[in-house]
Amino acid sequence: MSAKNLPDWISILIFIILVVFGWMNILSASMGENSSFHGFDFSEIYTKQAVWIALSFLLAILILMIESKFYQRFSSLIYLISLLSLVGLFIFGRTISGQTAWYSFGSFSIQPAEFVKASTALALANYLSDIQTDIASFKHQVNAFVILFIPAVLILGQPDPGSALIYAAFIFPLYREGLSEGYLLFGFSVILLFVTTLLYGSIWVSLGVALIIGSVLFLGKQRKHLLRILIIGVASILFSFSVSYIFENVFQQHHRDRFDVVLGKASDLKGIGYNTHQSIVAIGSGGWSGKGWKEGTQTKGNFVPEQHTDYIFSTVGEEWGFIGSAGMVLLFVFLIGRIIFLAERQRSTFSRVYGYGVAGVLFVHFTVNIGMVIGILPTVGIPLPFLSYGGSSLWGFTILLFIFLRLDADRKQITGS
Amino acid sequence: MRKFLLFFLIIFIGLVFIGRLLYLQIFDPSFSIISERNAIKTEYIYPQRGNIYDRNGKLMVSNQPIYDVMVIPQEVKEFDTLEFANLLTITPERLRTQLDKAKIYSPRLASVVVPQVSKQEYAYIQEKMRKFPGFYIQKRALRDYKVSGAANVLGYISEASPHDVNTNSYYEPGDLIGRSGIEQQYEEILRGKKGVKYLQTDRFSKAIGPYKEGVFDTLPVKGKDLTLSIDMELQEYGEMLMQQKRGGIVAIEPATGEILSLVTAPSYDPSLLVGRKRSENFTRLWNDTINKPLLDRSLLATYPPGSTFKPISGAIALQEGVVNKNTKISCHNGFSYGRRGRMACAAHASPLSIVAATAQSCNTYFAKSYWWTIDNYETPQEGMDSWKDYLASFGLGNFLGYDLPTGRPGFIPSAEYYNRTYNYPTYKWSATYTLSNGIGQGEVLTTPIQLANLSAIIANRGWYYTPHVLQKIDGNHIKDEQYTVKKYSKVEEKHFEPIVEGMNDVYNYGTASFTQIPGIEISGKTGTAENFTRINGKRVQLTDHSIFIAFAPKNDPEIAIAVFVENGRWGSRYAARIASLMIGKYLKGTVDRQDLEDWIMENGLEEEYAKEQSGIDFKINE
Repeated sequence: MSAKNLPDWISILIFIILVVFGWMNILSASMGENSSFHGFDFSEIYTKQAVWIALSFLLAILILMIESKFYQRFSSLIYLISLLSLVGLFIFGRTISGQTAWYSFGSFSIQPAEFVKASTALALANYLSDIQTDIASFKHQVNAFVILFIPAVLILGQPDPGSALIYAAFIFPLYREGLSEGYLLFGFSVILLFVTTLLYGSIWVSLGVALIIGSVLFLGKQRKHLLRILIIGVASILFSFSVSYIFENVFQQHHRDRFDVVLGKASDLKGIGYNTHQSIVAIGSGGWSGKGWKEGTQTKGNFVPEQHTDYIFSTVGEEWGFIGSAGMVLLFVFLIGRIIFLAERQRSTFSRVYGYGVAGVLFVHFTVNIGMVIGILPTVGIPLPFLSYGGSSLWGFTILLFIFLRLDADRKQITGS
Repeated sequence: MRKFLLFFLIIFIGLVFIGRLLYLQIFDPSFSIISERNAIKTEYIYPQRGNIYDRNGKLMVSNQPIYDVMVIPQEVKEFDTLEFANLLTITPERLRTQLDKAKIYSPRLASVVVPQVSKQEYAYIQEKMRKFPGFYIQKRALRDYKVSGAANVLGYISEASPHDVNTNSYYEPGDLIGRSGIEQQYEEILRGKKGVKYLQTDRFSKAIGPYKEGVFDTLPVKGKDLTLSIDMELQEYGEMLMQQKRGGIVAIEPATGEILSLVTAPSYDPSLLVGRKRSENFTRLWNDTINKPLLDRSLLATYPPGSTFKPISGAIALQEGVVNKNTKISCHNGFSYGRRGRMACAAHASPLSIVAATAQSCNTYFAKSYWWTIDNYETPQEGMDSWKDYLASFGLGNFLGYDLPTGRPGFIPSAEYYNRTYNYPTYKWSATYTLSNGIGQGEVLTTPIQLANLSAIIANRGWYYTPHVLQKIDGNHIKDEQYTVKKYSKVEEKHFEPIVEGMNDVYNYGTASFTQIPGIEISGKTGTAENFTRINGKRVQLTDHSIFIAFAPKNDPEIAIAVFVENGRWGSRYAARIASLMIGKYLKGTVDRQDLEDWIMENGLEEEYAKEQSGIDFKINE
């Protein structure tokens, strides 16, 4: 690493702020049960996290020291190894609360799925940067999607639908590289149909679709697209009915409940909506400036389950108030924006695609996690990057981010298509 | 476009999140309330309520510890139900139902198993308690009455009502609050200040430690002890004399305004409103609409003062200069005025000066001198208002300002009142329209404590301290200027002498001469008040009330008193006897006139009171 190839210090600074601030909140949330600081006993969650953080700094330095060409050259190999680590779970994995997602070494567990995001981003970047790849061609689109689907399906099999959902984030680099808007429109329509079907039932959605299609045909006089529009309409209606069917017959009750709570169809505060309700109460009681670090009554009383992991943002909201939690949101927005900015200044397609992959993954994590904690999205158990407790998650995001920072530092040396 | 999509999306999501946070944290305050309610538990430590003593240091009210046997169902381990039930002296079935109830209420929170076990039982149970995990004994304090009287003065305490809880942030549901009498008036002094402990709770409402290391916690402050001016011996004697009668006795120390006794009859034993039977007893007292034992007649009964009003009427006439102490007014069984008016009077020598007129209770003298008092001004309106001002300076026609929570203002008519009544200026009115005011009839209304205060003013020859029952707080004399600054009436000292002499003659040879106490110079005045009730919507006259005011000794008064006995027929019959006995008891400590006491004790008025309820026709004043 020569002097002129320094990594982006702004991103590194935000990384450090997030990680340290995250640790402060983990300390607060994890000492809640006994309300006191017990020193750095290794059985305490905050001690473990401090160790993970220290190691993540070492990891970051290590990544920055490796030649940037290494990442592109070995991306396929890294991808394959990471897929094997997922496959290996089905044989050697340890099952914790129904999910076979961990390798266990004594008291220490590691979750490979957290690292596969980075390797998949590398593999996708490598594929798209190949001179022969043309994302406009259907065949190449299929190839790209296969790269994403393999890890997603393996993770879904654990089963961990939340983590599998993350792979949707790679739609952003694909789109940036020329994937048709149709895919985005398609994805958006699917989500819209899905939600409206759950809210109003497939009958009303079908009527709505028929009305829209009818008026488009009648008013638009688009005779030449007649067939295509009709097909879209029929497909939408079929999709709506199949969503109904899947929701009622394939989903398990706890999945249905989660959707019902967020969509406002159920409000059982003690039962299924308990997490969300307690989380909202904790955040809402923070007011302007919060109750102060380690002073959150909801946090101390252990009202919010999983508060040091997926619900860490509720501690931020309670103890640091609007100023702290809105500040945190802005910091994430700024970090992701910064990564997009950095990605755009890359000369190589590989670096740019990888950068967009990083931005996309962080974006989805950020949106889904905070959206869940503040009660506007269904409960999906994925961590908040850099803040949530967990070594695998922290290291996964550290690797993801710092590979990109290394690539960015060397952007003038990496050229290519 | 391809470069900016993700960029726009992240900003959009950021804005949505910040908007949602604004709503949750700033615009909707309900979350803070929910949070406080479910994460912080407040525990109160109740201080002991202050004791109450009488003027001689006799303990009237203190506190008794009571013990509730409590249970926390989830901490209960297997135990010998029969043994425990025997220990608590309840049946095993009862124990089981109590446990089931507690479980239904909450497995984690404490419930009462047996309320209010006695001190003896407590000592016994406590020894064996460790054999029964999950059960414990909680100590509470109840009022302990050392006296069986003065319930109207002491008042009682009860659980704070929802209204109290809503209007006063100090009280929580279940707290005790003084409800009447001294307990209500001096609630804040007596109760002290409860201590508060804030506890951080977990999601099962289990306390897991002090909230913020207890920086917001406060220690309880003990309630202060009160010493009342009541002489409990005199009070109890008064209550005894008033047995089987309705009415009130108010005795005041003229030099200080301290109330020596405040008797209302019928009354009740204050211990009735404590303990396991409290609610049953209270309901019974509350529902007794015939005897009204919860009504403090000494403060609330409002009647025309009758002839007891004559001394003050005369004093005002002297002050106005319309008569002097030598002025004689003739009376021939009354006098005529105006075109058809006539005021009757009993037969007595004529003419009389003010001293003799007071002793003989001459209607003519006081009606005429009243007439001249009003006509001493250019218009009857001015005269009337001046007269009302005089009476206001004697504490009449308005709340007296004593330190008990109930009271009535009585009534003294004003010029405006008569203007309205006679439709002035269409029709005119003059002093003669209002003549009966001069003899304490007509529109004038007073309460017993106002009459007692009037008696104290005459005893002091013109001034008074506002009557009060509180003498000391924690042994220190009260400093409240309301009770420590002299108030002067608008009649000068010299004009009281003939009045005092006249009242003394009431005892020497006048209407109350038969109640003399040997060795005590008493001044007094009888009074009789007509009264009416409604039976089936018809106005019916009942037997007259017996009223008496007095003070003694005449020249260095130590006690001023007003006695009022409902339907006692005439002033000297009941009220004068009782007043003399009370004065004798207070000044000598013994009863010299056992004959008077015997008569009073033997002549209850229950038959008289039954007439009104009987539903059959009856005769009065016989």
